[in-house]
Amino acid sequence: MERNLVLIALFAALIAALGLVPTITLMSGVPISAQSLGVMLCGTVLGARKGALAVLLFLLLVALGLPLLAGGRGGLGVFVSPTAGFLVGFPVAAFVTGAIVEKLRAVPLMWAAMIGAFLGGVIALYIPGIIGMAITLGKSLAEASALALPFIPGDLVKVGIAGLVTSAIARARPGSLLSRSSARAKGPR
Amino acid sequence: MLALTSPVETPFHRLPAGVKLLFLAGFTLAVFQVERPVAMLLPVAFVAGAYLAAGRSFLWQGAAALRPLWPFVAVILAWHAVTREIAIGLTLSGRILATVALANLVTMTTRLDDLVAVVTALLSPLERLGVKPRVIGFAIALVIRFTPVLIGKGQALAEAWRARSPRRPRWNIVTPVTLAALDDAEHVAEALRARGGLPAGSTERKRHGT
Repeated sequence: MERNLVLIALFAALIAALGLVPTITLMSGVPISAQSLGVMLCGTVLGARKGALAVLLFLLLVALGLPLLAGGRGGLGVFVSPTAGFLVGFPVAAFVTGAIVEKLRAVPLMWAAMIGAFLGGVIALYIPGIIGMAITLGKSLAEASALALPFIPGDLVKVGIAGLVTSAIARARPGSLLSRSSARAKGPR
Repeated sequence: MLALTSPVETPFHRLPAGVKLLFLAGFTLAVFQVERPVAMLLPVAFVAGAYLAAGRSFLWQGAAALRPLWPFVAVILAWHAVTREIAIGLTLSGRILATVALANLVTMTTRLDDLVAVVTALLSPLERLGVKPRVIGFAIALVIRFTPVLIGKGQALAEAWRARSPRRPRWNIVTPVTLAALDDAEHVAEALRARGGLPAGSTERKRHGT
């Protein structure tokens, strides 16, 4: 109980820290933050349920007015801004990512994490994101998708990084990878 | 301090947090019904007036908080200039600016403690379903405490990297920062257990002979 709660809280803090520390600039010149990488890692490391809870906790703090989103944004305004759909998609992304890593036990962890991060952190994230942009900007879904397109390459890079980081963590702290060790985590503490 | 609350004291600071949140929800719903650009002037003027009433330095803070929105407004206006539907473009821009600006105003004039109190009050009916508001309050405190810690560790790692390499640290520090989060979590959980467990909710499931 304590361990799960603290892990959820610290991964919420990790999403915030990754949004503020390193920014990677792509060849195309589009700056990307590692924030959605943090969302992917919540899923690949904590698993579906705890990963999604960590993201929800992070969003709760953003709503309460802490400047934790990439670029130091926060507050209630971001939930009605054009990018609000992506925030709605964040917990879904972590859940889908985690669920896939949990299900694909036969697949080597790095590949399972990459597949999960792609289906969760890109596909499941962009669907509500694009719907949100379509609503707030009054565009059709196709037009909104075109606006989101420049950010896809950066997120594909993050999918690869999520796979590499997850397998590195599995090697360094095998017991901490809750997405792949549910039996152990539920056992005696 | 890690918060977006404005240090400029305004009359809005004295309104109860719940009232402000309710008004914001109603305002946002109403603004999404407005279709004509002339009618949209009303909510925009209302929000602008609210910022003005709070004083000039508060107005500037509010304007700075809206900076991330300008690219979207520019895209909308350019788009609808091309499609010759500038009225729609103006309505959409006004809607985005008015709703986000008022939400920012609530954030800037409400103390974090008051918002946390609203959240725990809203969650209290869920207590029967196993959601423990005070545990969530504790989790909020943990995130607020550890976000600066992890950011600090990330910056230290990036500095260590720069001292050794001419290239900028990129994703290389993500793994060590994540490991730091995992290790800190284990230490904090251990310390919590040593002190008798979580602050609330642990009353009904008192330790059974551990």
